[in-house]
Amino acid sequence: MVNATVDIFIQFFLMIVLAAGMFVAMLWIVHRLMPTSRNPNKGIPYECGVRPTGDARVPYNVHYYLVAVLFVLFDLEAVFMYPWAVTLRTLGTVAFVDMLVFIAILLVGFVYAWKKGVLSWE
Amino acid sequence: MTQFIFLIIKAAIVFFFCVGLAAMLIWGERKYAGWMQSRLGPNYAGPMGVLQTFGDLAKLLRKEDVIPDTVDKPVFRAAPYLLWVPAALTMAVIPFGGMDAKIFGWRTDLVIANFDAGIVLFLAMGSLAVYGVVFAGWSSNSRWALIGALRSGAQMISYELSMGLSLVGVMILAGSMNLVQIVDYQSGAFWHWNFIPQLVGFVIFFIASIAELNRTPFDLPEAEQELVAGYMNEYTGMRWGIFMFSEYVNMIVMSAIMATLFFGGWRAPFESWNVIPGFLWLIAKMMGFIILYMWVRWSVPRYRYNQLMSLGWKILFPLALANLAVTALVVTVK
Repeated sequence: MVNATVDIFIQFFLMIVLAAGMFVAMLWIVHRLMPTSRNPNKGIPYECGVRPTGDARVPYNVHYYLVAVLFVLFDLEAVFMYPWAVTLRTLGTVAFVDMLVFIAILLVGFVYAWKKGVLSWE
Repeated sequence: MTQFIFLIIKAAIVFFFCVGLAAMLIWGERKYAGWMQSRLGPNYAGPMGVLQTFGDLAKLLRKEDVIPDTVDKPVFRAAPYLLWVPAALTMAVIPFGGMDAKIFGWRTDLVIANFDAGIVLFLAMGSLAVYGVVFAGWSSNSRWALIGALRSGAQMISYELSMGLSLVGVMILAGSMNLVQIVDYQSGAFWHWNFIPQLVGFVIFFIASIAELNRTPFDLPEAEQELVAGYMNEYTGMRWGIFMFSEYVNMIVMSAIMATLFFGGWRAPFESWNVIPGFLWLIAKMMGFIILYMWVRWSVPRYRYNQLMSLGWKILFPLALANLAVTALVVTVK
């Protein structure tokens, strides 16, 4: 055991190796055992038995994009909150008021997005 | 060196416990569904069908691994692992018992990684699962899969927000993100546990975790009746099996996190009951939550998509912020 940080990397690496290794091994077994039959129709993506028309990756509703942008904004807010939350007991009232101001500013943006209809899926 | 051997043993035990429990849960859920719907459920393989999952495994091992011609092959191959590996990795931060515990004369911590940013790791791995789902749907080049992936991505990120904020209350109370220290903070009988001051946070976390797990009532990504199988539409055989399996491992991880953060982790409900080893208490609590998940799944009908999004953004998110502000206020005033 080298030092605390390296230890944690080793520990997580062990879990990753175990987890990925299990299914890599299983897929290896599958490729030894599986039947193989060639048929041109097998390569077509499933669309209820109909021959697919064109590529599936067409432009999609912009709503999903807006939700993703909102998520990035508010998740960043959450990331700022974590260190604050851990040390709140030592920082005291000033930190509490600071965070209230921070939340209030972000809530203005949230209400704006709400009024603009980002959150309504009709 | 002994430390390192202990580490490998611990990792293997936790990992195979998790895998075994997930295998039993696949059978358990089908049996439970059978009972709830007044039918038998699986009953051929072994007594009461307990070997059903192993039969399924044998079947999946013999199935052809079909990869359609139009897919993006590297992404298609990587996607199931992106869902499965983070789920297993999160188990590393769950404490199964006390630190520096004595087992057969050896001293060791009953946790794989005593990691200071445990909650952040859990949330980060939850975010990686979104990549797995979106990659699977996009690379499949199938319309069902793409719609399923987009829905699922939007749903998972929406609920992840509420989930992340609902945990801030626990962090404020415990003054730490390390799961070991959070369990230490909850030491004592059950009225010291976090679920009493953080009841709102717990309810938000529970609802959000159902959405993260893509289970009914929030199983829109897979909605069988409308999207065939959602993002895993083009997957066959064992690759599909990885998705299915990681769903159950995720359920185990979520219930373990919930038990650890809100219900005292490996601690007994009364001080005197601590004679029973801690990991049994943790497993008992996890099983309670898993049964709750199954119960919800087979009792509540599916939400409509706009109801789902408004529940996440318009109710849970403001509620989580309010919960965190009130918790902070109480802690600051005290």
